[in-house]
Amino acid sequence: MASIWEYANPVKFSKTASTVLPWVSVLAAVTLAVGLVWGFFFTPDDFRQGSTVKIIYIHVPSAMMAINIWAMMLVTSLIWLIRRHHVSVLAAKGAASVGVVMTLIALITGAVWGQPMWGTWWVWDPRLTSFLILFLFYLGYLALWEAIDDPDTAADLTSVLCIVGSVFAMLSRYAVNFWNQGLHQGASVMRAGAVTGTDTEEKVSNIFFYPLLLCIIGFVLLFVALVFLRTRTEIHKRRTSALLARERLS
Amino acid sequence: MPELGKYATEVLTAYGVSIVLTTVLVLASIRAARKARKDLEAAEARRDER
Repeated sequence: MASIWEYANPVKFSKTASTVLPWVSVLAAVTLAVGLVWGFFFTPDDFRQGSTVKIIYIHVPSAMMAINIWAMMLVTSLIWLIRRHHVSVLAAKGAASVGVVMTLIALITGAVWGQPMWGTWWVWDPRLTSFLILFLFYLGYLALWEAIDDPDTAADLTSVLCIVGSVFAMLSRYAVNFWNQGLHQGASVMRAGAVTGTDTEEKVSNIFFYPLLLCIIGFVLLFVALVFLRTRTEIHKRRTSALLARERLS
Repeated sequence: MPELGKYATEVLTAYGVSIVLTTVLVLASIRAARKARKDLEAAEARRDER
């Protein structure tokens, strides 16, 4: 059986990315299109939230991605720090741009949704605040990559920043569970008790849940496609830099 | 188009902003990928000439 560490080889990774990318891209586009069209056009209004419930098909998947992308970056950054595989840290760099956009979408759609439901665009609620800090960490991470010329030093420092930022990524995920103050509701989608019906807390109805699930899968596939593409781009840039350096020496 | 009632502006704004941001991200990624590949091919061609 092939080891996962084979993909630490940039050539092997690039070849695999080229094979997988078209399939994942098409699958992401189809899944997202079906999920969003289903959710937007063919689901009813919520009895309390009216048509604003349709924002759930963007807000929830983008927020989930924002947190999970940082978790993925944490794993790949740790692989870099421990095993010094360049591809892993380039994957973290490639993922960060996707993560910052997902966080921004979650913040904007959350504000737009919050205004009619809570009567305010923004409140310094634990989840919202930790999400804003996560967004700033994404910006800082990307800025740090651009600020340092030596690629290995940049990889080291951004990896350390990623570990520090993970506290806020986890806070964004779990703040609603252990802080009771704030306007943001608790988990109502991916809660085991809600799915099996063993708890009596309010949960998302299946009418909204199935298209939402499709949108979540679509966002994950879009992320996978973009990470393959952006990591391969970073590998190409590194290779070009190495060739140019060799040109200058000869 | 579904009847969005009094929240039409909010719903359409959320979808509009998200679609624009995602499209920009995808197009920027594709553009960067093409440029990186082109630069690499040019550098490899120069190396092969030598």
